[in-house]
Amino acid sequence: MKEIAYFPGCTHLHTASHFERSALSVFEALGWRLVEKFNWICCGTVHGLSTDNLMQNVSAVRNLARAESAGARRIVTNCAMCYNTLKQANEMVKRDEDALKNLNEFMDDEPDYRGGVEVLHSLQLLREIGLDEIEKRVVKPLEGLRVAPYYGCLLLRPREVAIDNPERPKIMDEVLKAIGAEIVRDARLKYCCGSYHTVDRKEIVLSRIDEIISAVRRRGADLIAVACPLCEFNLDKRQKFLNKGGLPVLYFTQLIALAFGKEEDCLFEKHHVDPRPLLKERGLLR
Amino acid sequence: MRKERELLRRVMEISGQNLYSCYQCGKCSAGCPSVDFMDFTPREIIRAILDDHEEVLHSQTPWICAACFTCTIRCPNEIDISRIMEALRQIRLRKMHDGIHPSKIPVDELLELPQIALISCFRKMTG
Amino acid sequence: MIKMEERMVRIYVMGKEYRVPAGLTILKATEYAGYRFIRGCGCRGGFCGACGTLYRKEGDYKLYTALACQTIVEDGMYLVQLPFVPAPKAIYDIEKLKPFGEVVLSFYPEVARCVGCNTCTKTCPQEIEVMEFIQAVKRGDLERASELSFDCIQCGLCAARCPAEIKHYHVAQLVRRLYGKYLAKHSEPLKKRLREIEKSSYEKEVDELMRMSQEDLKRIYYSREIKV
Repeated sequence: MKEIAYFPGCTHLHTASHFERSALSVFEALGWRLVEKFNWICCGTVHGLSTDNLMQNVSAVRNLARAESAGARRIVTNCAMCYNTLKQANEMVKRDEDALKNLNEFMDDEPDYRGGVEVLHSLQLLREIGLDEIEKRVVKPLEGLRVAPYYGCLLLRPREVAIDNPERPKIMDEVLKAIGAEIVRDARLKYCCGSYHTVDRKEIVLSRIDEIISAVRRRGADLIAVACPLCEFNLDKRQKFLNKGGLPVLYFTQLIALAFGKEEDCLFEKHHVDPRPLLKERGLLR
Repeated sequence: MRKERELLRRVMEISGQNLYSCYQCGKCSAGCPSVDFMDFTPREIIRAILDDHEEVLHSQTPWICAACFTCTIRCPNEIDISRIMEALRQIRLRKMHDGIHPSKIPVDELLELPQIALISCFRKMTG
Repeated sequence: MIKMEERMVRIYVMGKEYRVPAGLTILKATEYAGYRFIRGCGCRGGFCGACGTLYRKEGDYKLYTALACQTIVEDGMYLVQLPFVPAPKAIYDIEKLKPFGEVVLSFYPEVARCVGCNTCTKTCPQEIEVMEFIQAVKRGDLERASELSFDCIQCGLCAARCPAEIKHYHVAQLVRRLYGKYLAKHSEPLKKRLREIEKSSYEKEVDELMRMSQEDLKRIYYSREIKV
């Protein structure tokens, strides 16, 4: 078993526990153990974009400092929001020595952060492990299942934190192809889902998900794959306000776990649009 | 007394972006997925700041922008427009003008929303 | 009689200098300087949380906190007592709640504004890891939040210093109530004993105690067996 330091993020303990369970199961099958090596706190969820308010970056850099002092050189997370926030803060302090000095002085209750941690998203770890390895573990290829991989914003933008080409990403497509799924592409799969406006301006989220779901449905998608708990909430749970007949939305890790024969780790019952009838109809679920 | 181009100076300072390099091509606004909900397009916002129109401080646009960075990666002059929106929000937030009031969110919504939705929303919309 | 230390030290109460005997607690030193506490002073034993105090020391930028009744004055302390921090408390019927993080956020949504600055932890005179329990609430881990906040005496100093304007001590109380009611393991012997008391099973023993002299009561109190 190989090991890597793991940053679960707050949602993984509760609203996105199916994301975590399926991800840990997939990595274990691939010979990797994701280990919580340091006392992590909320990443901050959004990167502070002003030049003069470092407070917005404290929680991200505090996590990096704790990871570094625990001896972690790389940390991996499944959540696209955690990934983006940690990675942007990491790039910022590497670029801006004064900001790092200031943050270290402010966090006088932590060991200094020296910029020695690399932040990874679990899709990057999968790419590193290799598509061949993923293919080898497949016991139930998702043949005939048409999946639209939804990247959203935070894995692709801004450019300096993109895990793939921000205009033509294919990292999730490749992983899903390796487990036998058919890929549905659409430009809207890189759109913003409306993000936190689900709290204060739901109409933005509803218009966005309507557009995304209608587009991939026209292209014949059976379901959407996501990599972010907020995208999942907006695309899946907020469908209840669309009244259009549901399109299932699953985490990419649930699909891999299913293909690996680990359906007990998928927790499909946690979705608003129940994917089980579809998966049963395709003979992928008993 | 009102200082000339004070808003431009503040926005450039907080955002770290050079607004003078904008040549109004409109790629930011063409790609913005939220533009339908905005009262000024991102291009118009930049123009208004350059023209010293302080009314943009009361525009809904910066509060609609959710920092998806689509404009940022497409700007031919490498202006990070997300940071300009952040600067406009910050100028208001720093004077106790919040974009949302957490205590007014209905309880049944609070019981359903995932943590990251609330945390990110409050970070962007409360000061 | 306890002999007062003869050495005097300088303290500054709200900016005005006083000379007070070394060895006094902040509370007694402030009283020695002529202040009289009507509020902002309670048990004098470090349990009630009424005498929260902020101070700085000469040549040190840090803002320290203390319970005035538990901390000895130092030379060059700049002090102010902060006996109360305004913070309305949520009203709820614990019987109708469910033990989830969202429930806590529904009463105190500002918890989601935490930036992880850790000022609350540095402020707490009880050395509670305040920021960590707020983080635990954020991720819905009420057990951890409840354990971490157990020593809170509700002095409110954290709530005065928080840049996110969180009312930590009220949050912690709600969390512990939810944990205590729904999640903590319940003690069977305690339930049994409560039932016995309700049925007046010990009336004879209580009557006996009532008739005892104070000396006898003290004797049996101090010689009682305590099982841990």
